Amino acid sequence: MASASLVKLNASSSQWIGQKSFNQRHGSSPYLALPRVAFPIRAGAYTDELVQTAKSIASPGRGILAIDESNATCGKRLDSIGLDNTESNRQAYRQLLLTTPGLGEYISGAILFEETLYQSTTDGKKFVDCLREEKIVPGIKVDKGLVPLPGSNNESWCQGLDGLASRSAQYYEQGARFAKWRTVVSIPCGPSALAVKEAAWGLARYAAISQDNGLVPIVEPEILLDGDHPIERTLEVAEHVWSEVFYYLAQNNVVFEGILLKPSMVTPGAEHKEKASPETIAKSTLKMLKRRVPPAVPGIMFLSGGQSEAEATLNLNAMNQGPNPWHVSFSYARALQNSVLKTWQGRPENFEAAQKSLLVRAKANSLAQLGRYSAEGESDESQKGMFVKGYTY
Amino acid sequence: MSCYKGKYHDELIANAAYIGTPGKGILAADESTGTIGKRLSSINVENVESNRRALRELLFCTPGAFECLSGVILFEETLYQKTAAGKPFVEVLKEGGVLPGIKVDKGTVELAGTNGETTTQGLDGLAQRCQQYYAAGARFAKWRAVLNIGPTEPSQLAISENANGLARYAIICQENGLVPIVEPEILVDGSHSIDQCADVTERVLAACYKALNDHHVLLEGTLLKPNMVTPGSDAKKVAPEVVAEYTIRALQRTMPPAVPAVVFLSGGQSEEEATLNLNAMNKFKGKKPWSLSFSFGRALQQSTLKAWAGKEENVKKAQAAFLTRCKANSEATLGTYKGDAAQGEGVSESLHVKDYKY
Repeated sequence: MASASLVKLNASSSQWIGQKSFNQRHGSSPYLALPRVAFPIRAGAYTDELVQTAKSIASPGRGILAIDESNATCGKRLDSIGLDNTESNRQAYRQLLLTTPGLGEYISGAILFEETLYQSTTDGKKFVDCLREEKIVPGIKVDKGLVPLPGSNNESWCQGLDGLASRSAQYYEQGARFAKWRTVVSIPCGPSALAVKEAAWGLARYAAISQDNGLVPIVEPEILLDGDHPIERTLEVAEHVWSEVFYYLAQNNVVFEGILLKPSMVTPGAEHKEKASPETIAKSTLKMLKRRVPPAVPGIMFLSGGQSEAEATLNLNAMNQGPNPWHVSFSYARALQNSVLKTWQGRPENFEAAQKSLLVRAKANSLAQLGRYSAEGESDESQKGMFVKGYTY
Repeated sequence: MSCYKGKYHDELIANAAYIGTPGKGILAADESTGTIGKRLSSINVENVESNRRALRELLFCTPGAFECLSGVILFEETLYQKTAAGKPFVEVLKEGGVLPGIKVDKGTVELAGTNGETTTQGLDGLAQRCQQYYAAGARFAKWRAVLNIGPTEPSQLAISENANGLARYAIICQENGLVPIVEPEILVDGSHSIDQCADVTERVLAACYKALNDHHVLLEGTLLKPNMVTPGSDAKKVAPEVVAEYTIRALQRTMPPAVPAVVFLSGGQSEEEATLNLNAMNKFKGKKPWSLSFSFGRALQQSTLKAWAGKEENVKKAQAAFLTRCKANSEATLGTYKGDAAQGEGVSESLHVKDYKY
């Protein structure tokens, strides 16, 4: 629906149409000042729908299943269980996940890769329809990956703004209602002020374009786990990053009631000598959120970033031991899929068992969102760390 | 360092939280000598030190008032004054469980290249002054930045400059034991709509918190003193519920939950209007992870001044008027005000003065 964005250019919310001319200012001043228009406060054509969608994703006891691995990354997953990286294998794997009965009880949204958004089950049912029936909102990864940031300290920036408006409109037409854009910040590399600014500004531009085209933007500046730094350093960097992000989101007139966040938890670096308990991680992470996240944001869906399945669940549970002014939940990929892959092994006879293991992880995280999770009876597999140094998606 | 962690860290957090105690708020009695002169002249009282002292004693010694107050902002002269019986005001406040605060800014000056916009002075020697004020008993400070809404205002320069000044002031206060009240007042003057006020307020507050974060201010040890979001003084009025909705939405979009409380300025609203708006905010159903209270000057003192008229024999009557407003606003912080304090003289009188200068 590219026409939708063209129509909006003529609407009164446009910055340059219908504003007063220079001569209409009252009071004389020797100084030339640029005229400014007061907007109705940030509302656009999709605002109501965005707010509803964000609320629906941020519903109690539910979180996001992230299955938006690019083809190359999905290939690594398939390869780990001895499968070739073909379209039909990718389709088979995603079908296993997305047709899990009862998934909608614990999962409120699923992030897809572009290929998957247009795929169907082997019976010909569109994946987006499977999701909708379970009341799971379909989402779409819209960034075009990380590339080296010139002039930085070996850091990256995230591409994807070119043509983003029309791509978003097309995704909306296909049934997507939220988007995701992942940029990264590296503590061992600084991070440099340039890298942080670029990450924040890119996210803000993406968010504004997404909302303009009916997609709730998930805002994801991942502060990578790599490094040997203590938790205090992560807290410092996280506070800096989120301060920049919110400032630029505001400057881009993003409607905060219609976004979701996907932060990394505040933990020590992966190579730090001491591990932190879930309570310590919860305390530092909540401190950071309270200092940086305005209550208008409906939901915070944490990434797992290399934590083991059990760790990711325990940490989330620790964060939900008291009321929070936003929904605090999960948006997990590896931390939901690891056991599933290992159970499936690519064999049809393991199909049901694999789906069951997805429900086990989803339910555990659902309980963690409600602050009611207990680690008894967790499998050995779920304890395995999934940190990969220098991990690239 | 993510933010201030020095020796006053715990004390700042405790004091900021205390000021936001439900049922309590701040009396802003920090009118400069010039400004208090205007008040006194409006009731035909001479602007001399003894009269200024007498007025403040009248307020601070009102029986029962302190139950409704968690803090009083003082002007420098008042910080060192005593009751007629010789008791330092600071002690009177402390014994009543009220934190003494101190105005530390040195007024506004114009910004070159703008259409009459201003910045606030006072950073020079601020650290030393804060130390002295702390030693004298002050535990919080206040600095008022001023912005206005016009066809080209507030300009980006005015917003950046005032936000930066507030952030510098805030961290210097914290380093010296004073909880900074951050006050970016957007004047009500003008014919703009409530939507425009909301847009500007959201933009200004976003800039303020960005600056505070950049300057490593400990948010848990600060307070915000913003304007309520209302139509301009020349525009049609709206119901308190509308003011509440717009104001809270603006705060939801900008104010991190780490900040314990908002203490609204009254900015020219009548006593009753200010109370009704505050009450509506505390009744409003929505996310409000900070307490919503008051820091009123004119809106607490107007009918008191009229009742006093500078005469000794009117003191009790004046104190009764003051207590009435204190109680009304205390109830408003709990959302339980019933509108029964609307009887006094001057209570519904608009206190708006165009292009008001403190």
